[in-house]
Amino acid sequence: MDFFNEAHVEAAKDLLYKMADDQLIIGHRNSEWTGLGPILEEDIAFSSMAQDKLGQSEHLYNLLHELGEADADTVAFTRNANQFHSCHFVEYPIGEYDFSLMRHFLFDMAEAIRFEMLVNSSYENLAMIARKFKGEIKYHTMHANTWVKQLAQGNEESKARMQSALNECWPLALGIFEPGKHEDVLKEAGIFEGEEALQAQWLQEVTKLLTDCGLVIPENVTPSYGGRKCEHTDHLQPLLDEMTEVYAIDPSADW
Amino acid sequence: MKSVTSDDIRNFLKEVKDPEIPPISIVDLGIVTGIQVDDENNVDVTLTPTFAGCPALKIMEDMVKERLEKESNLGEITVKTTFETTWTTDLITEEGRKALLTHGLAPPKQNPGYLELDVLSDTPCPYCDSRNTELKSPFGPTLCRSLHYCNNCKQAFEGFKPVG
Repeated sequence: MDFFNEAHVEAAKDLLYKMADDQLIIGHRNSEWTGLGPILEEDIAFSSMAQDKLGQSEHLYNLLHELGEADADTVAFTRNANQFHSCHFVEYPIGEYDFSLMRHFLFDMAEAIRFEMLVNSSYENLAMIARKFKGEIKYHTMHANTWVKQLAQGNEESKARMQSALNECWPLALGIFEPGKHEDVLKEAGIFEGEEALQAQWLQEVTKLLTDCGLVIPENVTPSYGGRKCEHTDHLQPLLDEMTEVYAIDPSADW
Repeated sequence: MKSVTSDDIRNFLKEVKDPEIPPISIVDLGIVTGIQVDDENNVDVTLTPTFAGCPALKIMEDMVKERLEKESNLGEITVKTTFETTWTTDLITEEGRKALLTHGLAPPKQNPGYLELDVLSDTPCPYCDSRNTELKSPFGPTLCRSLHYCNNCKQAFEGFKPVG
């Protein structure tokens, strides 16, 4: 690993933790649609995306392992909520389909841009997996864009539902971009351009699509921060308890 | 003394099939991105994942190792999976595309570059070759497949979706 100093390693770990934890938690939430999707194709779509996200989180945890953290399973399955760096957005229950769909749209657009930015990272091992993930997530954003456009321009009920889901999601979505302690180091080392740059690009992309189909972006919203500092809502711990249930009973359990 | 070439190894690996799509070998799938043989016939094979979340990754590593261990003249065998070469569906060989068809899977279109629904909308039907088909879902029974319907022969089919 070609890190110049300890500060770079710490900054990279912080970045990896929040990305990996976001992926793991949203992956678990997506998987909760398995068997419950409003139509069969959506059931399969959310299940497939869940599988992608979990796979991606594992590779990010593997990078953390290279930097000296415990192995992927230990990190994923043995921490409590107050050790997770994920944003609040991903831990919210799936709610109704409109909420899950809007979250999928807002969150995956941010991820797609993040991976796109990381393709040029000076942290070569991260750049390598970003190149891979970027190709996979195209299918996620294509899926989200298609449905948001259709439902936001559908009938009165679907329009109203998409707007109310957007209102509910917006402060949570802004929480994705909560600045970390190491923003300056990440930028200076060429590892990542930072949350502010990411948010600006994201805002441009989602605003265009949402306003083009008649939705109104909420204003004067306070972002839901805290997740990146491991402060969470009451929704995360029950999710972790369920996700780690088998591991907690028998860590050596295998398929 | 070196008595085995990387071409020999490649030929052995042509016998290793994708566990989810048995007609296609991992070589024709394009995931074998490096083969090195040293003077002591120690073999180093590098694979690249099709999808980060593909559950077959570990299985395929083991299958490669198992196949090469059958060759008594080889030294130590190392198999690793890395993202150094990014897998795209353009790495599937011509032979591989034919193998997908025999499995009833429409081969991916070449070099998508960008991704719009259009890319998947007129995928040729693997049964009757008609382009009068529609995309039902970009997500299918495995991460690499999409679901389609042929308006010509009235048959649902799966496609191997383009990834770039």
